[in-house]
Amino acid sequence: MAENKNARPQGGHGPRGHGYQRPQNLWGTVKRLLKYLAKYRLLLVFVLFCLLLSSVGSIASSYMLKPLINDYILPGDFAGLAKMLVLMGAIFGLSALCSFVYARTMVRISQNTVVELRKDLFDKLQTLPIRYFDTHQSGDLMSRFTNDIDTVSELINSSLANILSSVLTFFGTLVMMFVLNWRLTLITVFFLLMMGFVVKFVGGRSRTNFQKQQASLGSLNGYIEEMIEGQKVIKVFNHESKAVEQFSTLNATYRNAATRAQAYASSMMPAMGNLSRINYAATCCIGGLLALRGIFDVGTMGAYLVYVRQVSQPVAQISQQVNVLLAAMAGAERIFAVMDAQPETDEGGTVLVRVEKNGENLTETDRRTGHWAWKRPDGSLVELRGDVRFSDVDFGYTDDKTVLHDVSLYAKPGQKIAFVGSTGAGKTTVTNLINRFYDIQDGVITYDGIDVKEIRKESLRRSLGIVLQETNLFTGTIADNIRYGKLDATDEEVRAAAKLANADTFIRHLPQGYDTVITENGGSLSQGERQLLAIARAAVSDPPVLILDEATSSIDTRTEKLIEKGMDSLMEGRTVFVIAHRLSTVRNAQAILVLEQGRIIERGDHRQLIEQRGRYYQLYTGQAELG
Amino acid sequence: MLKKLFPYTKGYRLWIVGGVLCSILESIFELLLPKAMSNIVDVGIAGGDRNYILMTGLRMVLLALAALAGGIGAALFASKAGMGFGAQLRQAEYEQVQRFSFANIEHFSTASLITRLTSDVASMQMTLMMCMRIFVRAPVMLITALVMALTISLDLSQVFLVSIPLLAMGVILVITKVGPFFSALQKATDDVNLVVQEDLNAIRVVKSFVREDRERQKFAQRSEHLRDTALRAFGFVVIFTPLVSLIMGGTIVAINWIGGHYVFNGLMDSGDLIAFFTYASEILMSLMMVSMVMMMLTRSIACAKRIVEVLNEQPEITDDAADSSLTVADGSIRFDHVYFKYHPTAEAWNLDDVNLEIPSGATVGILGGTGSAKTTLVSLIPRLYEATEGTVSVGGHDVREYTMEALRDGCAMVLQKNTLFSGTIAENLRWGRSDATDEELRQACAVACADEFIDKMPEGYDTRIERGGSNVSGGQKQRLCIARAILRRPKILILDDSTSAVDTATDARIRAGLRGTLPGATKLIIAQRIASVMDADLIIVMDDGRISAMGTHAELMERSEIYREVYQSQQEGVSIDG
Repeated sequence: MAENKNARPQGGHGPRGHGYQRPQNLWGTVKRLLKYLAKYRLLLVFVLFCLLLSSVGSIASSYMLKPLINDYILPGDFAGLAKMLVLMGAIFGLSALCSFVYARTMVRISQNTVVELRKDLFDKLQTLPIRYFDTHQSGDLMSRFTNDIDTVSELINSSLANILSSVLTFFGTLVMMFVLNWRLTLITVFFLLMMGFVVKFVGGRSRTNFQKQQASLGSLNGYIEEMIEGQKVIKVFNHESKAVEQFSTLNATYRNAATRAQAYASSMMPAMGNLSRINYAATCCIGGLLALRGIFDVGTMGAYLVYVRQVSQPVAQISQQVNVLLAAMAGAERIFAVMDAQPETDEGGTVLVRVEKNGENLTETDRRTGHWAWKRPDGSLVELRGDVRFSDVDFGYTDDKTVLHDVSLYAKPGQKIAFVGSTGAGKTTVTNLINRFYDIQDGVITYDGIDVKEIRKESLRRSLGIVLQETNLFTGTIADNIRYGKLDATDEEVRAAAKLANADTFIRHLPQGYDTVITENGGSLSQGERQLLAIARAAVSDPPVLILDEATSSIDTRTEKLIEKGMDSLMEGRTVFVIAHRLSTVRNAQAILVLEQGRIIERGDHRQLIEQRGRYYQLYTGQAELG
Repeated sequence: MLKKLFPYTKGYRLWIVGGVLCSILESIFELLLPKAMSNIVDVGIAGGDRNYILMTGLRMVLLALAALAGGIGAALFASKAGMGFGAQLRQAEYEQVQRFSFANIEHFSTASLITRLTSDVASMQMTLMMCMRIFVRAPVMLITALVMALTISLDLSQVFLVSIPLLAMGVILVITKVGPFFSALQKATDDVNLVVQEDLNAIRVVKSFVREDRERQKFAQRSEHLRDTALRAFGFVVIFTPLVSLIMGGTIVAINWIGGHYVFNGLMDSGDLIAFFTYASEILMSLMMVSMVMMMLTRSIACAKRIVEVLNEQPEITDDAADSSLTVADGSIRFDHVYFKYHPTAEAWNLDDVNLEIPSGATVGILGGTGSAKTTLVSLIPRLYEATEGTVSVGGHDVREYTMEALRDGCAMVLQKNTLFSGTIAENLRWGRSDATDEELRQACAVACADEFIDKMPEGYDTRIERGGSNVSGGQKQRLCIARAILRRPKILILDDSTSAVDTATDARIRAGLRGTLPGATKLIIAQRIASVMDADLIIVMDDGRISAMGTHAELMERSEIYREVYQSQQEGVSIDG
């Protein structure tokens, strides 16, 4: 089904489950991500230093409560108290300053890293072969730029520092608690273990329930998408109540799964927080008893209790942030998977150059002469004429299934070659081989006598103009879209190309004419108008070889008649490959090739083929189906 | 807006109340702890009362356990309420969309409707959950902590007169400033995504024109703009936490200084001082929590707005004027001075004074160029759109007199952009009529020439169709859609360019089959090929929203220049033997 290669897979709109994705190769991904961070090595050391200062500051300021109460307030040493408070204020100030500085630095590092990551990803995407896009859904690739990059960005932005500072605060606090009173700290250790148990138990339950929730969300959102996309058909068939019925079932399933998952997930925080409060209560009680025995004093108890309240916060923090970390690593892994994909190979040494032509002599030049030539690796020049030959070409999209068998054809410069055949016969495939969207398994394709494999892909494609079955326009003005064919085209050239494609009339009827901004792939234009723009875009690039893949399929026959003149002058002097839905468009081709199941079964001009009374005749008279 | 969303909490209000109560109890129990602690210090330790310490300690543990129960209860109730509310909201929104007319759907666009039904609702249910916890907890904590602090020391509480306004000012400053930053950020993100989306969709165009570098540049430029915007936004946001901790630090220093004096002068116990620290930090923390919720709320408000827009959208076509007992009696169609435009503000009419009279049982062909309003014309018959002026009548009654269900039962339309749904072929066909027998399915498929390929499929009518019908060819899809419409046994059958991907021979066989089935039904056929409509009883030629000519093939060949042109542009193909 070669022609179906153009079909766009449905992009998933549904939010993806973020929380509980696990990376496959954690350490490899971490290492690779660290490479991106490597250039900020010094800054990161600085951040670590700030983090340390700010954590130490906050731990120290809590500790100061002990001397404050015991040594200054209770004895009434207010001069000393003032001094201590100035010191305390300074520590607070420094600690706040440090945390501001490191947070801001991390934002800078994260945004710069992400911009680089995004750039590498996008650049890589541009080098990937069409085959890659055939096998990967665009929605899926899109989500690498949105979800995956976002999670990585979030990780570097805040989670990384959060985790580090939580770890520092946790151990710092614990150490200080042991210093203040190791006996009481045993209680805290016990409760910390309990919290660990809660994290493991509730977390585990939460994870399995979350997966169930995501699965039911997937089918619910999938259903919504399908129904909304088919909403008009639903209306026409009075199918509304049925559509609601099924929806209700899915909606209820999701509600139940989500309620369970959320119940586990959201009871984690209160469980942790309140365990910490039981710890606090127990500590107060036992601390009080110890104080009675004189092992403990009020100031120590004040400081100690602050620590008790502090110590569980990092645990909750870490248990949350670890999920972010893992999700980010899974995201990074997916990003790197795209970056590791095999790019389009380009071993060609022959390039396209502008030449000056003096009789038979060609000389390379920078001026825009309108003449082009192929420059071979040995420096010799071959004039670009548009002579394309296929010799015994075999091709399959996958190795085990051959789509084209033994295809041979010869297009002389300036000839119009038409491909005719039913859907899946391999018409589009043939044209996809000329510009090397795919590489052939066997046989040779030559362009002006040069094997296309020896031509640099960029040059090869530059010499070919293509109007595809599916028109894709870009957000921007109409003029920008036409200019896509030739970036330095003047306004006159743009307009001339539009006139050639018979698009000028409708463009001038638009409110802002050529400056009308198109959005959403030209959603406000009709399919026919979009195709006219695509033709104009190809026209402005003025290529020696033109490939028209169902270029006029959405234009009604009367309008087609109108643009025929434009098309004729567009095709004049060029080698043209036409794939057409309507046989009336191919009648004046010099050669018509009838493809069936990947083989050329008939060839000749219109008259000859009609006389043959073969497949073409059947197609032409409507006795056989045409794709 | 809240008023609009509130009804969807129905059935879950007890859960909400329960959740809120649990949250309140949790917060209060929690905040009784520091005061109990200060009692241990000031009464128990100072008085050397071992029993008192033990009893208070036990009470504290019980309080903490109660808080734990409250917290977990709140979480459970909130999950139940949040997800239940979300489900009802989604249900209501989905049902509302089912009431939409074509114009309503186009007003929102399919993609936007999907977002409004999926991620927007998801965001709303999370918001309710968060609100039930944090939004309740924060004010309760604030008030309880304040009350506790005031009871400990009215004088010392005066520090809050400085620190709370200071914090509030900081919070307000950040929140008001942060809004614009984040909408700029959103826009920059959308810009980047747009480039990627278009590049992915048009990758063949990009590669054909060798524009990879241009795409790279375009992307790099937007991506860097996004970075700069993000730097500004996040760079500003990070000031928040240090600011708060600075204010908190200042408050603690002040409490130490003032409280220190009180303690030394015997106006206050040292245990109370320690408790006071705790309350002070709770007060400031809860203020911060409020501000964080506010920030989150601004985002949810955008989602809520988008949902409410859908809920508030007036279904353009309703059964208000309908007589529910009326059914379509025959297939006669009448257009009486019908004018129509898609956008009320548009200047030009899409249909301009159309008058038409089609007797029941006629076969009518409709021809015309792209944009000549052929589809628009037939869409008014099953009332997919409402005529702006004039009346459309079916079976002798204004279409508005029928309920939509009765009207659309009477006229089946095969849309140009048609869809199959995931499910078996038989299931898809039964969209036409749910109680159709297997034999009826086969008959309909025979007429639509769909039987020939269905029979070749290994699982026949039980073959699964993928979403959107992506695993059948265009021609096969069209034939299935025709069969689905035939199964309705309508009085009026409308085929909107429904055989464009079918070869001419099959097309001819389908037409021949149609002639034999549904006797008495009016058949309207929009076509590109003259061959498809040549033998119709009546052919309508549309041009720019008007009926340019009407008549039989022979009449039009004589009278209509457009018809002749179209005929000539196609005639070679049909008359090769002639």
